[in-house]
Amino acid sequence: MPRIRLDNLVKRYGDFEVLHGIDLEMEENEFTVLVGPSGCGKSTTLRMIAGLETVSDGEIYIGDRPVSQLEPKARDLAMVFQDYALYPHMNVAKNMSFALRLQRRPRKEIDEKVGAVAEMLGLTNFLHRKPGELSGGQRQRVAMGRALTRDAGTFLFDEPLSNLDAKLRGQMRAELALMRQKVRKNMIYVTHDQIEAMTLGDRIVVMNGGYIQQQGTPEELFKRPANKFVAGFLGSPPMNFLDAEIQSLGGQVIVSGDGFEIALPEEKAATASGHTASSIILGLRPSDLHYSPDAPEHEAIDLKVIVSEYIGAQSVLLCHCGAQKIEVELKSETPIALGETLRFAVNREAIHMFDRETEVAIR
Amino acid sequence: MSVAIKANRLTPYMFLAPAGIILIFALLYPIGYMVYASFLDWSPSQRIGQAEFIGLRNYINLWGDEAFRESFWVTIRFAGIVVTLEMVLGVGLALLLDRNIRGMALLRTVFILPMMIAPIVVGLMWRYMYHPTVGIFNRTLKNLGFEGIPWLSDSTWAFIAVVIADVWQWTPFIFILALAAMQSLPRSALEAAEIDGANEWQKILMIKLPLMMPVLIVTLLLRLIDAFKVLEVILVLTNGGPGLSTEILALRIFRTAQEFQELGEAAAMSNLLLMMLMALTIGMFAYNRVQEARLSRQRAAAEKDDN
Repeated sequence: MPRIRLDNLVKRYGDFEVLHGIDLEMEENEFTVLVGPSGCGKSTTLRMIAGLETVSDGEIYIGDRPVSQLEPKARDLAMVFQDYALYPHMNVAKNMSFALRLQRRPRKEIDEKVGAVAEMLGLTNFLHRKPGELSGGQRQRVAMGRALTRDAGTFLFDEPLSNLDAKLRGQMRAELALMRQKVRKNMIYVTHDQIEAMTLGDRIVVMNGGYIQQQGTPEELFKRPANKFVAGFLGSPPMNFLDAEIQSLGGQVIVSGDGFEIALPEEKAATASGHTASSIILGLRPSDLHYSPDAPEHEAIDLKVIVSEYIGAQSVLLCHCGAQKIEVELKSETPIALGETLRFAVNREAIHMFDRETEVAIR
Repeated sequence: MSVAIKANRLTPYMFLAPAGIILIFALLYPIGYMVYASFLDWSPSQRIGQAEFIGLRNYINLWGDEAFRESFWVTIRFAGIVVTLEMVLGVGLALLLDRNIRGMALLRTVFILPMMIAPIVVGLMWRYMYHPTVGIFNRTLKNLGFEGIPWLSDSTWAFIAVVIADVWQWTPFIFILALAAMQSLPRSALEAAEIDGANEWQKILMIKLPLMMPVLIVTLLLRLIDAFKVLEVILVLTNGGPGLSTEILALRIFRTAQEFQELGEAAAMSNLLLMMLMALTIGMFAYNRVQEARLSRQRAAAEKDDN
């Protein structure tokens, strides 16, 4: 039985519709990540599940129970906010025990729970400090601890790491993954950061413009993106898109465009020839292009290097392929010069094709 | 040190000088004058140089003056009651009106109107409303078949009447400050409380009020300082009567100088009032200092952990 289900969820502010009927099912104890650019409706969806925004249309089910008309407190949720939302006038212990104190649980039980969670998050020495006396990372941990102490059925995270600096964010991401192993609960996590989404999620839901673009495991989304938006959103550096034509030439199916000609492998060739239009968008991930001076002509692409960004062991090269721009990765020690033309072998099994009109993947 | 540098250092003081001079003439000089006068036996017909220096006798007289002691207590009682009522009503109204309903902007403006009316006018307005026969209160009561209330002629009712007028005028002050404080509360903390299971009352008692407390305490002290000095409304409404039932200190001072022509004694009273208000003001500043010190200590602790 799905634990949480969104059924045709709509959100309108006046006449302005921001969510256009979201359908989503989350399995029990699943870590679901809602990801998308700013304004895609991911936070609104989460806040509607939390009960902080009203539902304009549709229904939210937790278990079998419709909850869209219930108060937040009746939904058995815990939530971690982007700005931590700690109670500034209470110390860490009081912050963490707030929900339990409201439930009038026995003192002993509260102390034990707070103690256990504080231990797990390394907060034991800070229990008597106020939020103002904590650093950003510690506050973030307290916010997490407050949610954990509550022992709710579902955890909601609203961009919990986006107020931290890059290094701390990496650390907290690892801690979150660790906590995830210990706490098997429904978790819904909103982020605009695709790395957080890929590393944490059991299931990723990519949203854009108030619609779900695609959902699935990180691997599914990475390997088989449903459309150009998803393909471009997940992966770093992002996928390259080139305008291309499909043509049959001497028994082979070739995709060609400004400055390149690639022969498609059998399976892709069949799909491509089955497609109605011959004008497509070709998608190539930087990781599927390998520097290889001796690669055969129809399995490779020649690129003129414009800019080289050194980022350690790897460098990201911005190149020209004809008049179109394309990014590739290269081992930093490879001796190259700017302006030089290099040949990159294409992993042809990993080629993505999208319809130029609808931008939907051609499969 | 070169002349240029010296001139540079002096520049800020030159810009401050005009304000400083005005301050000396408009504030320090009158206060000094008043303190000096409180040691004199001085009537308005004399020039100040002709008045006899009598040391602390004015203050000693006050100590034994039953009427002064009475008006001192009236003042304390008045300030305590009105400020308590105003705080409760003002904060309560702010809690009620802190939401987005159509027409709320207009309603808020209406609520703060009384504060903008000159106190003398407020006094006159309420005097007509309290009028025993033609006033709106008694007419309404009579139309409903009740006895009229001796608003300004009975000592208990007169005190209640001035309290009502003051509460009417100054509750808005608390209201706008409380509303401003409430609207600057962190929204997400309130949402977190909602999810944690707090109902409206618990949100108010456990989150909103504690977070508003610093603003409320300063508001309370400001209002208290003001309530101790109130004069015009009561002067117009009851002129301190009946008996001494509504004679607050400011009115007593006014009458001592005007009617009894005892300038020295009036100055001594003013000094006592000034000292009381000074204590309140110092209390307010001390409270702010303590708050600031606590915040900076917290920040320092947080920064230490970051490194």
